[in-house]
This record gives sequence, structure tokens and C-alpha cells, in this order.
Amino acid sequence: MEKNNKTTGKVAGIVSNLVIVEVDGPVSQNEIGFIVHGKERLMAEIIKVEGVNAFIQVFESTRGVRIGAKVEFEKHMLEVTLGPGILSRNYDGLQNDLDKMKGVFLTRGEYTDPLNREVKWDFKPLATKGDRVTAGSWLGEVMENSISHKIMVPFKMEGRYTVKKIVEKGEYTVDDTVAVVEDEEGNETSLTMVQKWPVKVPIKAFKHKPRPFRLLETGVRCIDTLNPITEGGTGFIPGAFGTGKTVLQHAISKQAEADVVIIAACGERANEVVEVFTEFPELEDPRTGRKLIERTTIIANTSNMPVAAREASVYTAMTLGEYYRSMGLKVLLIADSTSRWAQALREMSNRLEELPGPDAYPMDLSAVISNFYSRAGFVYLNEKDATGSISFIGTVSPAGGNLKEPVTESTRKAARCFYGLSQDRADSKRYPAIDPIDSYSKYLEYPEVQKNLAENQGDEWLGNVLKARDILLRGKEAMEQINILGDDGVPIAFHDRFWKSELIDFVILQQDAFDKIDATTSLERQKYMLLSVLSVADSEFEFKDFEVVSTFYKEMINLYKQMNYSEFESDDFKKHESELQELLKTKMK
Amino acid sequence: MESQAFQKIYTKLTNITKATVTLKAADVGYDEMALVHGRRAQVVKLMGDQVTLQVFAGTEGIPTNAEVTFMGRPPQLKVSEDLGGRFFNAYGDPIDGGPDVEGEIRDTGSPSVNPVRRMQPSQFIATGIAGIDLNNSLVSGQKIPFFADPDQPYNQVMASVALRAKADKIILGGMGLTNDDYLYFKNVFENAGALDRIVSFVNTTDNPPVERLLVPDMALTAAEYFAVDHDQNVLVLLTDMTLFADALSIVSNRMDQIPSKDSMPGSLYSDLARIYEKAVQFPSGGSITIVAVTTLSGGDITHAIPDNTGYITEGQLFLRRDTEIGKVIVDPFRSLSRLKQLVIGTQTRSDHPQVMNAAVRLYADAANARTKLENGFDLTDYDERTLDFAKEYSEQLLAIDVNLDTDTMLDIAWDLFVKYFTKAEVRIKKEFVDKYWKK
Ligand SMILES: Nc1ncnc2c1ncn2[C@@H]1O[C@H](COP(=O)(O)OP(=O)(O)OP(=O)(O)O)[C@@H](O)[C@H]1O
Ligand SMILES: [Mg+2]
Repeated sequence: MEKNNKTTGKVAGIVSNLVIVEVDGPVSQNEIGFIVHGKERLMAEIIKVEGVNAFIQVFESTRGVRIGAKVEFEKHMLEVTLGPGILSRNYDGLQNDLDKMKGVFLTRGEYTDPLNREVKWDFKPLATKGDRVTAGSWLGEVMENSISHKIMVPFKMEGRYTVKKIVEKGEYTVDDTVAVVEDEEGNETSLTMVQKWPVKVPIKAFKHKPRPFRLLETGVRCIDTLNPITEGGTGFIPGAFGTGKTVLQHAISKQAEADVVIIAACGERANEVVEVFTEFPELEDPRTGRKLIERTTIIANTSNMPVAAREASVYTAMTLGEYYRSMGLKVLLIADSTSRWAQALREMSNRLEELPGPDAYPMDLSAVISNFYSRAGFVYLNEKDATGSISFIGTVSPAGGNLKEPVTESTRKAARCFYGLSQDRADSKRYPAIDPIDSYSKYLEYPEVQKNLAENQGDEWLGNVLKARDILLRGKEAMEQINILGDDGVPIAFHDRFWKSELIDFVILQQDAFDKIDATTSLERQKYMLLSVLSVADSEFEFKDFEVVSTFYKEMINLYKQMNYSEFESDDFKKHESELQELLKTKMK
Repeated sequence: MESQAFQKIYTKLTNITKATVTLKAADVGYDEMALVHGRRAQVVKLMGDQVTLQVFAGTEGIPTNAEVTFMGRPPQLKVSEDLGGRFFNAYGDPIDGGPDVEGEIRDTGSPSVNPVRRMQPSQFIATGIAGIDLNNSLVSGQKIPFFADPDQPYNQVMASVALRAKADKIILGGMGLTNDDYLYFKNVFENAGALDRIVSFVNTTDNPPVERLLVPDMALTAAEYFAVDHDQNVLVLLTDMTLFADALSIVSNRMDQIPSKDSMPGSLYSDLARIYEKAVQFPSGGSITIVAVTTLSGGDITHAIPDNTGYITEGQLFLRRDTEIGKVIVDPFRSLSRLKQLVIGTQTRSDHPQVMNAAVRLYADAANARTKLENGFDLTDYDERTLDFAKEYSEQLLAIDVNLDTDTMLDIAWDLFVKYFTKAEVRIKKEFVDKYWKK
């Protein structure tokens, strides 16, 4: 780490944020360097080396930079700083604490510390002298907001160690030594609460990674009931602009059953991040009653922030997720939008004049996306009985809303759940606009997930879900017939079939993200409502003509919606339910 | 400040393409401005001692021994209160015959606002146009384009929006404006007696297209000056962003970059976002609202320009000719203001959200009825009523030539509900029906 053996170089070429540097010593791929521009130091990353020329992508604007400017390399890749105090922070894509920056405008070359070095944490040792430990072993814990934040043996420490010393319970800053460990040769290392890790390398401090098997409750009916995602599962939400990707992701991040939520705003609107900053300190976690902001970290690299840092932002977010997963926590990671990340890769690949793949994206796009998604997952940790997970949901913004474009297609190969947003549904305000027919969850095919569902939701559950899906499909077919043959050109049964699917659509699928009660539905309530709707679907009614069918079902839907808007099993809820029973009787065969 | 006495003059170009010239020069900064044969240019590439300059007006007739001087600075604008009432070209030089503006020099293309220093937009902007105020309400700090075919009167609509919105300053960024449209804006602003509130940066079809690329940055530098230094509410009008994007593709094409969809550069999203994201509500009270125009070709919103725009802006206002009434309307289906929920029903009358939704739903029913009719099926009585409703709704509320206050818009909607429907068909909360349903 001595300063004098760091490699330096001189700027030899500039095209936008791609800079060519003539270096005077060894450098490595993805090594970080700083361009010295007057008083400013502009951070950059090596993305290609050719002879003595290192090609670096600069995380800042290169305006005014000159040929010959000095560049200093740091001997490490892009790293994040890990330690207590990450929750509730607002970072940019390089983990600079945005709140610590001074002005209203971002200043080029201003980098801020992600952690607070002064604050004291109440450290409680978990390991004892003589314990055998490895990277990721829990040495102690501090309470970060309401979460038990484990202080671990740094992930970079290879091999086995013995705990020589561990401090007593008490107040320490993150930089105080809390433990001393000794390797097999007898070399001692002092450990603090802080460690660093390169973002592009997965943290592998766990025993093994089974297929995810446990349902992750999101509170969104369209997901939990029809196409559930699992703890440690992956999913993606493609949709044209304005179809509701961000609203859906925000809803999930508010309600999902997670210990830690990491939101990567990647190349999207700043105002949407402001919404999170504004709302999350006010809103409560439906399960713990604590403020949402306490479990949330935001990585904001909005569309007007430097493009190269946009690419880094998703990795920064994933690495923070892996850190918390290693503590035995359930992490939910959401990224909006992964297409912007892919576009950042494209911009750089074009500048490097690489041979382009489809739509000018880099050839290895698919591999890059798959590698990223594979970092999510459910793991058994090295600590006894401890498990952790990262569930990851990304949005995709397909050009022209066409799902046959490279980012959507590559993501489809990587993610196990597909929540396709339909333009038609969004246009007719059927939110969330998840297409019930095209969307899928591969997890429903996993026997271990089926078993978990049966245990929690009952043996009948999966059958009922499939039945609901069938009704939707048959309703769609009936509607097509009605459109071709006319309202009175088909038997009344077709209308009944169509309206039964509308019933499921309006009551189960559609959900008002802006209503306090409807926004989130517990699994118990989802089960209750599905059974209720299916019992109607099983009923046979007597209609005198087709016009009566729609009037009857519209009235029914209206009552069901009132139920959705009422607290579960409240007086209001029961009142609407009994009104519903009355209504059903009028037409029951 | 302008030109330094010891400025070095280069006279040997090594390379000339349609858009760029290259020469050997030392101590040049990236993005720096230069003069090539009397034409403005900007550094786009530095490679060893070779400097490549993009010449905005094109390189026709430039000789290899052309004089080149570097200005040692990026594009800049002098800002002061004196900007008010003035017209400038893309470089910020006056084109109205008036004197140069004295003021503080600011680099254009300033850094982004720190997201944690932004405020959530919260101020309703009334435009008098019901297709906007009633269905797609604007909020200060918002960014939103009109999507319109070239034959729609988008500039007229934008001018009325600008004059009715109670902005402290209006900044017009005209890109590829026809001379007629330029004069139109000038006249409208003059006649409204609003000239001193308005600053214009204009590139007309007479000017070289690539110069347009500087217009949004100029306009937004002026906007930031008024919004930050004077805490004013500034409305920025950018027309036509499609022509701006076309200029981007000309440049990238001439520089042999690999095009992505619709021959647009791969960076189109970032290039547009950098501009639109300047829309902001500052904590100190100032704000920048951006209303833009994106012309479409045959209503196609999947083309790369409207598509990328839609992914960036907070909604869009879609103009369409309604053949039924022979007028241009703001299409309620394809338009959206994503920030409207921040103000409707709170800063406007509390029945606003419900009335808006009910009217659009009934209008959608009319569209279904029309499809039925076209397919030769019989219409029910309800279908007939929705069609009659739709016509009046379109005429009295959606047409762009209305100028009403929001309460009147709501009252008109209620009148139409009462005239054509039953309470059950309108499906609005009882408390509002009790209050506003007047036979
Ligand atoms: N669940 C919902 N309930 C009610 N309205 C919704 C819902 N989802 C989306 N909307 C409406 O649609 C608008 C657009 O949604 P959103 O911002 O999530 O779209 P998006 O897919 O993220 O678009 P973009 O790709 O441009 O970011 C919202 O502002 C809101 O008006
Ligand atoms: Mg979005």
C-alpha cells in the first residue's frame, strides 16, 4: 500500500468519457485510477489495455481535461466500504453519501465517505477467544436501526484463522479494533468493523446455494397468488414506458417481507428517487411498524448522472446486498432500470469500437446479465443454521415496447419470474398491468416450492391458482368469440364465462397501489379472496338475456372492490360481503 | 475576458470531414470552443497532439490552411436580469438588433442537481386547457412533451400554455423553427405584453442544423440562473426536440459511430435525459418546468425519439384531430401526466380525481360502441348515450381551444353526466354525487 510503487500515467487521448492513458508500470483490468485535473481528481476504471495504453472509463465529465494530464492508479478495483451505518443512506452509484455533499449541484471530483466514522456503536461479541473462523464468520454484532448487523471476518481474508482477542461489549467507532485473529502461520491481523470489497466480484462467504424454495410475500396479489417469487428468487418486469414498472417496484419495496431493501435507481428519473426520499421516512413497514427508511438503502444514479457510474451502480447495490445476506438477513434488491445499465455498456462498447452485437449492444451482453442475476439467491451460511437471501427484481425498458430486443431476451434467460406489463392493460388502467396470460413464475414448477406453498396456503392452493388462470384464459377466448359474432350472436354462457374472468381480473389481479389498504394484501387475505371468487366462478346463474349478465357482474365486482378497500374482516368488509351474498342469491340457479 | 491577446493561431488542418476538422495543436481542453475559418467549433476528440473539432455550421469550403483559434472555454452564456425580452441564436448572440447582454459568465451544460437536494414537485399549473388541467394536470418542476404529428398546431398550444401558466420567466428554446413560427412566437409574446418575462434562444431552419445542439443548454443555463439565483418559477419551452435528435444523428453519422435503432446514436437516451432532467423543484422555491414538443411521424410513438422521450419525461400530451368534431384535442387515452396525483383533489376541487376517471371511462365506452358500430353490430341504448356524451365531452372539454378554470371544467363534466347517464352508470362516490348531481 505504499504510495511510491503505484503506477501513474499521462492522458494521451480523450473521446467523451473514454480516456486513453499511457502508463509507466503495471496496471490491471478494472483497476481504479484518478485523473488529476487542477484541484479535481476524476475517478475512472480501466476497461481495456493495449500495450502501454490503458483505456479508462471516467465516472465524471471530462470537460476541460488536457492531453498530458497525470493519472494515478490505485492498485485495486472499484470497491465499496462495508460496515454499520449503510442502512437509511442515500448513495450515488459509487457509494458516495449524497447527503454529505455540500452544494445543490453535484461537484465534479467530490467523493464522500459512505460511513460515519465518529458515531459509536454498541458492539456485542459473538465469537470467543480461540474460535476458529474464516471469511464471513460472525465476530460480533451491533444494532443498526432495528437490525442485528453482524461484524464479520473480512471477505478478503483467505484461509483459516483463530480468534486471539475480542473486545468486550461496549461502545466503539467503526474504526476501533474489535478483534485480533491469527492465521495458521501465526501472523496476527487486527480487525475493525469496516471492510472493503470489489463490486464486480461476488461475495462467496457461504456454504452452499440451494434452489430457492420459500415464498417471498410481496403483498401484490398478481405476484403472490398467480406467479410467486421466492426468497432468493429472481424476476424481471419488462414494459413500455408508462406501463407501471416503477410504481410496481416501489410497491414491492414498501411491502415485501424483507429485512433489508436496496433500491438501485439506475439511469431513471431523479423525481422518482425524491419520491422515495420523501415517502419512506413517513411510511411504516407493515410487519415491524418501523419506518421503511430504516431498512432501506438507496443507490441513486439517475439518468443525468455520469453514464459510467450508472453501470457501477447495480454492482454497488448487489454487493451491499451480499454483505447483508452474509449476516443471515433477507435482502430484497430492486433495480430500475437494468436497460439503462445495458445502454451504458453499449455506449462504452461503441466508443471502444468493439464489434457490435444485435441493436449495437456488446456481444457479451447476455453473459453479463446472467452473471449479475446469478449473484442473487438463497444461501446456507457458514454460521450454524444461518440462512440468508437476496431476491432480485429488475425492470427492463424495451425499445418501442418490443419484447424481442436484446436486453429483454437476455434477461429472460437469466431471471426465473417474468412479469410482463401489457400496454393494453395499462391503457385501460388495469393496474398493475402484469399480463396474466404471458407472465410466469418458473418457481411454481419446483417441487420444493409446491411443497412450501401447500404447507403455508393449504394443499388445495396450487390447484386453485391454476384454476383461476384457466378461467382467465377461457374468458379471453369467450371475449374473442363475442367480438366476432356479436353480443347476441353467442350463447349467454359465453357472456357468463367472459364475466367470470373479468371478476378475477378486477378482484384479484387489479390492485390500487395508491390506496392504503388495497396496496398490500396478506397471504391469508389473498387465499380468502381467491376462494371467495372461485366459489362464484363455480356457481351457475340464471340470466334472462346477455345484458343482465354484465349488470349483475358489474354490481358484484363493485361490492368485491369495496371489500378490497376495507380492512380485512372489519365490519365494513363483512357488510359488503353479506351484500354480496344477497346479490348472489338473486340469480343463483 | 473574450479573446486573449496572445491567442495562438493555427493554420494547418490535417484532416477534414463533413462535420469535423483535425489539426495538430497543444494545450487544448476537452469540450473547448474554437473558431475555424470564422465558424464556431467544439473539441470532440483529443488523440496525442491531434485535435478534432466539430464545426457546427459544417465544413463546406473550409481550406486546409484555414485559421483556427481556441477560446480556452466551453460554451458559455452571460446571465443577468437583462436577458428578459431578448432573442438570441444558438451561441447566445443577440439576433434582435439589441446590444450584447452584460452579466456573469456561466458555462452551459452545468452539473446535475444532487437528488437529495431536490424537492418533490407540488404546485399545480393551470393552463385553461381541460385536456391538460382536467385529465393531465401539470405540476411545476415537471418535464412533459407534446407528442404531435407535424401538421398539428403544437406551437400555438404551447404558446397559450406558456402565457397562461403563471411563470415568472418563460425561456423559449427553438430548434429548427420555421421563420414563420419564430415570428409567430415573437408576435404572440409581444401582443400579450409579456415580452420582458421571456428569453428566447432560436435556431431556425435557415441556420445550420447542428447548431441546434447548443440550444437546450443555452436555454437551461438561463433557466437555472433565474430559478437558482432569483428563486423564480421558470417555464422552459423546447420545440422541436425531434429536430434536436435528428441533429444528434447527423453528427454521430458523420463521425462514423455505430447507430442503434432508427439510425439514432446509442447515447440518445442519455443525451435527452441530460436535458429533461434539468426540470426541478429547488428547496429555495425556484423551479424549472419543461414543456417540449416531439413531433411524430404518422403518430408512431415506437420510433426511437418519442420512445426514448417517453422513458424520460413525466408523461406526454398527445395531440390528435378528432374528426367527429373537426378540432384538435388532447387525447385522453394516450396522454398521461405522471405527477398529476400530487395535486389533483388537493390543490383542485376534491371531486376532481373521480370526475376525471369517470369521464375518461365513459369516453372509452364510447370508443367501444364506435367499434361495434363499425363492425355492423346493433348498439344498445347505453352505447348510443355514450356516443352522444363523447361528442360533447370532446367539443366542450378535450378541444385545445377551450380556456376555462378548473372548477368550470368539473361543472361541465357533471352537467354532461346528468344529461346522459344515471348515477349508477357514472359510479362516483356518493358524497360527490350528493353535492354536484344537479338535475
Ligand atoms: N398500480 C397502479 N395504480 C395506479 N396507477 C398506476 C399504477 N401503476 C402505474 N400507474 C400509473 O401509471 C403511471 C406510470 O407508471 P410508472 O412510472 O410506474 O411507469 P414505468 O413503467 O416505470 O414507466 P417508465 O419506463 O417511463 O419509467 C403512474 O404515474 C401512474 O399514474
Ligand atoms: Mg419507471
